[in-house]
This record gives sequence, structure tokens and C-alpha cells, in this order.
Amino acid sequence: MTALDSRPAVAAPRRRRRQWAPYALIAPTVAVLAAFLLYPIGSVLYYSLQRYNVTQPWKNGFAGLDNFRRMLSDDPLFWQSLLFSTKWVVAQVGLQLLLGLALALIINETFVGRGLARSLVFSPWAVSGVLTTGIWILLYNPSTGIFQELANLGVGDHGTSVLGDPATVFPATVVAELWRGVPFFAILLLADLQTIPKDLYEAASVDGAGRWRRFLSVTLPHLRDAIVLSTLLRAVWEFNNVDLIYTLTGGGPANQTTTLPLYVARKAVDSHDFGYGSALTVAGFVILLFSSILYLRLSKFGSRA
Amino acid sequence: MTETLVRETVAEPPDRAAPPRRKRREDPGRGWRLYLPLGLYLLFTLVPFYWMLVFAFRPTGSTALVPWPITFEHFDTVWNDLGFGLFFRNSLLIGVGTLGVVSVLALAGGYALARFRFRGQRVFLLALLCTQFIPGAMMLIPLFVIFKGAGLLNSLTGLVVADTAFQLPLALILMSGFVRNVPVELEEAAMVDGCTRLRAFFAITLPQLRPALVAVGSFAFIGAWNNFLFALMFASRQDKFTLPVGLSYALGEFNTDFGALAAGGVVAAVPVVLVFAVVQRFLVQGLSAGAVKG
Repeated sequence: MTALDSRPAVAAPRRRRRQWAPYALIAPTVAVLAAFLLYPIGSVLYYSLQRYNVTQPWKNGFAGLDNFRRMLSDDPLFWQSLLFSTKWVVAQVGLQLLLGLALALIINETFVGRGLARSLVFSPWAVSGVLTTGIWILLYNPSTGIFQELANLGVGDHGTSVLGDPATVFPATVVAELWRGVPFFAILLLADLQTIPKDLYEAASVDGAGRWRRFLSVTLPHLRDAIVLSTLLRAVWEFNNVDLIYTLTGGGPANQTTTLPLYVARKAVDSHDFGYGSALTVAGFVILLFSSILYLRLSKFGSRA
Repeated sequence: MTETLVRETVAEPPDRAAPPRRKRREDPGRGWRLYLPLGLYLLFTLVPFYWMLVFAFRPTGSTALVPWPITFEHFDTVWNDLGFGLFFRNSLLIGVGTLGVVSVLALAGGYALARFRFRGQRVFLLALLCTQFIPGAMMLIPLFVIFKGAGLLNSLTGLVVADTAFQLPLALILMSGFVRNVPVELEEAAMVDGCTRLRAFFAITLPQLRPALVAVGSFAFIGAWNNFLFALMFASRQDKFTLPVGLSYALGEFNTDFGALAAGGVVAAVPVVLVFAVVQRFLVQGLSAGAVKG
């Protein structure tokens, strides 16, 4: 945000006279965001205090904190989905960061075929969650999938069904999402790597720092804010990710892979219980908000400015 | 941090006698350390794509790992019998519509952020950043109620509106970074020569922003093309289905017809993967230019 202040202050008098111009330029954006993001957030707060079910309109009315009471005390699925959401976010963000950083470091080197390699490894980023599901269902299917081919080569057993087995459904889902998620980190971290001045490395080399030492004392500190910001954005995004899990496992088997947003989406799409769904949404907001603030505090984001 | 960073980058001296060649000789393991992990990762990226292509192009019943002879029967099935032709058209209209609206609004707002200093600017920028934390899935219920009231259910326009709301903030932030990279002096010189700011913008700045518009517009297109939940929730009539929704039904209904599923996947993947291959360069550049730190 400091970049705003570093702009040269030119033609200031003219700008002051035409002070309406920037407001006119951002007005449509403000209107769209107010109508379709801000207002809905307000209305979710309102609905969370209501009994509101589209299929049972005669029961609608003010419910006070009933929805929240029901959520906290009589809904084991709320707690279960929250726990799974946490597990999902930690696994995804951790692994995506590690692989994405490694990938960014490799792509940042100069080598033959770099441009092509870059386009190829980034390409899953453009693929939707549903399509990812489609692709991985083809890959995982027990009769003509990759495990069948591997079994033909003598690796593993015939008829392995990784999505049907409760022991493997979680890692299998994680791998599918990793395939699509790693490029995000790789792109963001690569962008930041390219802003590291080369002479920092040269200076470190002159001082006798080895490759690992240079990574620890030059690269990593430089990337710190980018890592904090990208992990935070990604954690929020993975917390809210519904497309892939909804279509790949449907939250099953036996709700084992139901995340909180998936639970909300099912309340909204399937049972039309908007009041209770809104209460779940509010809970999700509050949890995200407080964990984000806590994370930024703990990581001392931007403190080196 | 940003300021020190900018200063360091600016202060970078011109290249001295190129040292990389010497470095490479000191470092005999470099090729292995580079190409081995890269090769493994490429395998992880490409095998799933290849798997889909094999299933899409080989005849039903075949288990060959190279789809030869190639058949288009699955494409015929999904495009004509399962309605993917129509879904493709819907997705395309929504994608192009979102691209248009987002590009214009992001250009206007990005220009305002980059070229003016005004009261409320920081609040506006902060609000844009905060929107990145709003979960689309959790907005389903209130948006459904709004859309129902506004008569935007089962309409492609409604989906363009919803996608615009979610794509616009990031597009605007990116665009302001791109505008900032165009030297303001050019515009000012034109204004000194008697152009209005508007003329100066269209004559001088806009042509330089062409790659930026391509990048920002493409990402909005990809986002809208891929959106699943809004399309699922707000367009329940089959003639308004988009490709992700069609695909999600194909996942359930045609669980045994992997050929059709794969062909549907190829139809959904080809446009975005092509667009992305062209514009991914701009994304890295745009982010490097400080848009994220902006």
C-alpha cells in the first residue's frame, strides 16, 4: 500500500479542481460491490436470526439465537465439518506452499525450454474444480484408471479404488486439489522472486555463502511477505473451496469429507434451510476473520516496512 | 517493505561482466538438480491431461494407452446428445460478457487508483483486498434471495453480474498496477499540448495498456468460465446450464461412460487452457510490478 505514496505528485492543482473524476471512475465498481457483496453480507447476518425455509414458508419468522444454539449444541455435523475443514486447509496450504516454492525456484532459473515448461506446469491453474474432478475420476477409476495400468506393470493391486476406500479417500482428494493448486503459489512466488536484485546473491557469494545459506538469508526473507499473503489468501480459498469436494466425494463417505462451506451449500441447495444455513455462514465468517487477523499478527506481516 | 524493495530494484546497477558461465562450471550437478524435479513435476501435471485425452479419443471398450485410431464418437455424443453444444454457448456468452464488463470497470477504477489521489482511496483499496476473503460458497443464500427478487434467476445476465462481482476486485487491483507502469509524463505532455485528460488517456495511455487488458480480461473470462456454484444455484433450467454444471451431471449420470465424460472435459478445458497459455506471462509480470503489494 506504500506504493500509493511513492507516486510523483504532479499536476496537483489540476487534480484538485477535478476531484469528482476519481469518484466517477470508481462509482460503478462501488455500486456492484455494495449490491452484490456488501448487502448480501448484511442480509446473511439478518437471516441467521430468522427461521427461513423456502419450502416451509409458514414457519418463517424471527428466531433469535435459536439457529446458533442448535449449531453449537445439537449439531455434531457442524463440529465434524469444521474439524475436517481445518485438516483440509492445513494439508492443502502446507503442501501447496512447499511444492509451489520448489517449482518457483526451479522455473526462476535460466534453462533451455523454460518458457514452455512454465506454461505447462502452470496450466492446471486455469482448470475448474469440476473439470479437475472429471480428470481425476478418469485417473482414479478402478477398472481403467492409472492404478490398473500400474498393476499391469506389477506395481500395486488390481482393482484399487482410492476414492471408495475410507483410508485413501482423503489423500486421493488432496492430491487432486494439489494438482490444481500448486501453480497458484508457483506464480505468486515466481513474481516475487523476480524482484530480488541479483547483486544481493553476488554479495552473499562473495561473503562465502553456499547455495543453501543464500536461500535462507536472501531468498526466504525477501519472500516472507509474499508467503504470508499467499498462504492467507489460499487458506481462505481452500476453506471455501466447494467445487472439487462437492463433485469428487460429495462430502462422503458418511460425511467424512464434508467441509463447512459444503455443509452450507447442501443446506442451501438441497434442503433450502436458509435460516440455519445463514447461521452456519456467519460462523464461517467469524472463524475466518479471527484466524486471518491472528495469522497476520503472529506472522508480523509487513512489519519490516 | 515495499519501499525498500522498490529502491533496491531501482538502484540495481547495470550488468557487470556476465558471471553466470563461470558459475555453471563451478556447479556440475546443476542439470540434475534442475531437470529431475522439473521432469517429475511435469509428469504429475501432464499425465492427468493425457489421461483425459486418451479417454476422449479412443473408441469405447478400448484400453489402449495411445488412442489410435482416433475417434470422435464421444464428442458427437456430448456435443449433440448431451447438450454440451448449448452449454458451450452459454459458458462462452457468460465468459465474454464478464470479460467485457470487468475490463471496462477495472480500467476505470484502476486508472482512478493509479493516477489520482483522493479521499477514501485507502479505504477503497482495503475494501477491494478484503473482498478476497469473502467466500463465494457462503454467499449463495443471500445472493439467491437477491437474484430471485431481481428476476435474475435462470438468466445468463444474472450469472454475468454474479461473476463480475467476484472477478472485479482483483482485476481492478491488477489493472491499477499496470496503469502505474505507464509513465504519467507521456500523458502530461499530451495535456500540455492541449489534449483533455480524456483525449490523452485514449490517445496515449490506452494503447500501452493493451497487454494489460488482454491479461485482466482473460482472467475474468477464465474465472467466469470455470464458475460452478453460482451456475448450479442460479440457473436450474437445463437450457441455461454452463459447461461445469453439465460436466457435474455427466459425473453422476454417465459414471460408466468415461469416453463421454472425457470428451466433455476436453470441450471445457481447451478454451481456458489455450487462453491461459497465452496470458500467464502477463500475470507474473503484473504481480511482479507490485500489484499484489500495491
